[in-house]
Amino acid sequence: MKLLQTAVHEIETAAELEKIINENENVMVCCGRMGPMCIPVYDVMEELEEERTNVKFYSMAFDSPEAGIIRNAPMCSSFMGLPFTVYYKNGKMVKATTSIQNRKQITDILDEHLS
Amino acid sequence: MDEVFDVMIVGAGAAGLTAGIYASRAKLSTVILNEGAIGGQMVLTNEIANYPGVETTNGFVLANTMKKQAKDFGCKIKSNVKIVEYKLNEKIKSVVLDDGRTFSAKAVILAQGGRPRSLNIPGEETFKGRGISYCATCDGEFFTDKELVVVGGGNSALEEAVTLTKYASKVTIVHQFNQFQAFEHAVQEAKSNPKIDFVMGSELRGFFGNGKLEKVSIENLATKDLFDKKVDGTFIFIGYLPNTESLEGVVTLNERNEIVVDREMRTNIPGVFAAGDCIAKRYRQVTTAVADGTIAALSASEYLRTSK
Repeated sequence: MKLLQTAVHEIETAAELEKIINENENVMVCCGRMGPMCIPVYDVMEELEEERTNVKFYSMAFDSPEAGIIRNAPMCSSFMGLPFTVYYKNGKMVKATTSIQNRKQITDILDEHLS
Repeated sequence: MDEVFDVMIVGAGAAGLTAGIYASRAKLSTVILNEGAIGGQMVLTNEIANYPGVETTNGFVLANTMKKQAKDFGCKIKSNVKIVEYKLNEKIKSVVLDDGRTFSAKAVILAQGGRPRSLNIPGEETFKGRGISYCATCDGEFFTDKELVVVGGGNSALEEAVTLTKYASKVTIVHQFNQFQAFEHAVQEAKSNPKIDFVMGSELRGFFGNGKLEKVSIENLATKDLFDKKVDGTFIFIGYLPNTESLEGVVTLNERNEIVVDREMRTNIPGVFAAGDCIAKRYRQVTTAVADGTIAALSASEYLRTSK
């Protein structure tokens, strides 16, 4: 069941996430809620979907048990702010951020890690 | 020449969306250009309980309803744009985007809103999301049974401090003045909460930790004494800054960089109006932004009618 009201495609299971990161070179996933720190990140991702066709953009509900694959990732172990945003390159998590990020912060990461 | 709209609104918070609803419903061709998230500061509010006629809702829902109303009346909304130049002194006013596109209109309503003010002290960016937060309802649960500092003395600070006591074992409010700016009911609720204590007349000077926030440095402004306080988290609620940097030299701003308007929301430039959190005013609520947006749209409509 989808929990997020965003146009960014919502991943519902850990298995689906595994399949996506194994089938796509560059993947960005924002794991959050429909809260004030998360919505601006989804908005930026919606816009970037059209501009960055080399990257696949997804959302995942933070409160879903299936999102434990992100919540419990080593790169997110010290995070204490929503959303947890993670970046995968060739199936491997290469970058993770916590709390709100603006467009420039996101595009800088895409340029550095998922270009 | 590209389409010239009747009204161009910059910003899609409560003021901008309301102006969009009123202008488009008046059959004026209207476009909203928005640089951030639709809803502006409204979506930073998890619970809105005092919007008249609407039972308790959240900012996201209210913002989306306003957006739908505006679009249903024919208002066009362009999101995530970046305006690099304003040309507002001509009869046909225009803005230039960073991608080279130009939007033009006969009247303009500036409703860029504001953003949370940060402390700008050492460690703030480093520990954002690693102990420093600006949203109690978003991140409060990460601090269950932890000790927190809340910075600020307005309504947001005191109300969010009370919210945080649902999770935290202890909340210390640090405020630069010796009295609060919040409404009395918020002050009393915080003072009567046994989990909250207060450090008044003091400011934070730095954040420290190893991978996550572990302590803050606090200065007593009267004695200049510095002391460290061990904390697990800090929530910052010290007001808002108007998003008017790009308007310096374009319209008249006051010493706080707020747009100066008259009672009809007119700026110093004929045909240019302003509304919401970016204007000079005392009270900043969703309701006051909605009122500003309404007045600005009606004033713009009158301007278009009388300036033909």
